Amino acid sequence: MEMIDFLTYGFIQRAFIAGSFIAFVCSILGVLLVLRRFSLIGDGLAHVTFGSVAIALFLKQEPIYVSIPIVMVCSLWILKLIEKARLYGDAAIGIVSSVGIAGGILLASVAGGFNVDLFSYLFGNILSISKAEVFTSVALSIVVLIFISFFYHEHFSTTFDEEFAKVSGINTQRINSLLVLLTGITVVLTMKVVGIMLTSALLILPAVTALQIARSFKHTMVISSLVAVSSVILGISFSFFANLPTGATIVMINFVFFIGAFLFRNVF
Amino acid sequence: MSINILTVEGLSFRYNSVEILSDISITVNAGDYIGLVGPNGSGKTTLVKVILGLMKPKKGKVSLFGFHSGDFKDWFRIGYLPQKISFFNPYFPATVKEIISSGLFSKKRFPRRIGKSDETIIYEAMRLMDVLNIRDRLIGELSGGQQQRVYVARAIVNEPELLILDEPTTALDPETRDIFFNTLQGLNQKKNVTIVLITHDIGSIGKYASKILYLDKKIIFYGSFEDFCLSKDMESYFGEYSQHIICHRHDY
Repeated sequence: MEMIDFLTYGFIQRAFIAGSFIAFVCSILGVLLVLRRFSLIGDGLAHVTFGSVAIALFLKQEPIYVSIPIVMVCSLWILKLIEKARLYGDAAIGIVSSVGIAGGILLASVAGGFNVDLFSYLFGNILSISKAEVFTSVALSIVVLIFISFFYHEHFSTTFDEEFAKVSGINTQRINSLLVLLTGITVVLTMKVVGIMLTSALLILPAVTALQIARSFKHTMVISSLVAVSSVILGISFSFFANLPTGATIVMINFVFFIGAFLFRNVF
Repeated sequence: MSINILTVEGLSFRYNSVEILSDISITVNAGDYIGLVGPNGSGKTTLVKVILGLMKPKKGKVSLFGFHSGDFKDWFRIGYLPQKISFFNPYFPATVKEIISSGLFSKKRFPRRIGKSDETIIYEAMRLMDVLNIRDRLIGELSGGQQQRVYVARAIVNEPELLILDEPTTALDPETRDIFFNTLQGLNQKKNVTIVLITHDIGSIGKYASKILYLDKKIIFYGSFEDFCLSKDMESYFGEYSQHIICHRHDY
């Protein structure tokens, strides 16, 4: 099959559009999360997504619409645990993450009958994305990007030096809440692209690749988004022609970019 | 009549059950250059953090430019250099220019964009702190002294009316330290910038400060430099030799 034929398929076009937008958002948020040593929040919230998908299937509702509010609430819960329970970020993420996945398993066990559906979300399949899901993904991605763009300087300042940001009059608590809420939305969207198991890869890998070679904060954002979008485009194409699982291929291409950047920095 | 910039009244601060500050009351006027001195653990940094609203006091109140610190919004009027950057990440991909530009955000309204008119101000701050030649380098690639100069430039880029500096010269070599103190003196004398400087460099503070605040959980001394040098009580805290070093350069 020729490339031009491949591009005429509706499901490929939908995968390219939704995947690119979601990857772009992940790459920008990923830079902020990695620099704040908060990378694993993606993994934690992905586990919560597993629980929320179980609830959605139990209620016979569309998972994305049930998961987004639940995951957003849990993302704030992580912040509250850090503030109020005097926990480090990784411990707070660990608590919320394990409660999320345990809740999902219990619900699946008690309700029965939807285990196959539930476990299909673990690995995702962007090639099966519907028009409605594309629309939702693109719209929510744009919302997330608008918020990041408007608060770009607040995010920079808070990420680099939170104390100085506070003395600059920035409400850092609000910026932190905004960051985790946007991450929550993005994690749910990412579930369709690479699946719950690999969500954190889309947040972390483009960011750490960019950090190997970037020469400024802005530069890091640009490289991270280029790596993320290229990985999705290449991953979908390569997995289609080689008959491989799309999500895993996208993640492996991201990893190849990381190795390339790492070698580039250390050799040149 | 002198303009009141900062007032602290009856301020006490505890961390768990340990008393860090006890009944602190001070008034700082426009144009003051205050040397905040005291031994390690005497509460100097805590006092500054409470003043800036970074820590909440157990009792007492702080007013900045006539406003209760909780209601104060004009943060661009204050420049701050912390003792060290909290959770500093040496791999953070920010250039010198990006960091200094972030000092301007407090003056900006939402969405806080840096415009072309800001370039001159940023350039001037970089020139003043001698970091122009390293403006495109990443912060983690710089020496401790260079990083400190960048943070000072970030603190002064807004042309603040009150500048609070927490041990700014610890990583500076003697030549840069002298340039730095001369720059501060210029800001104080020519632009009437009020300065609160925490330092252990008692020799330099004696040369530049107009007032001394000696803190050891409570106020041991707060007054003019002249009174400080004439005070006999200071010998018991500083030792005769130290007081001599501080006062010598003013010929007391």
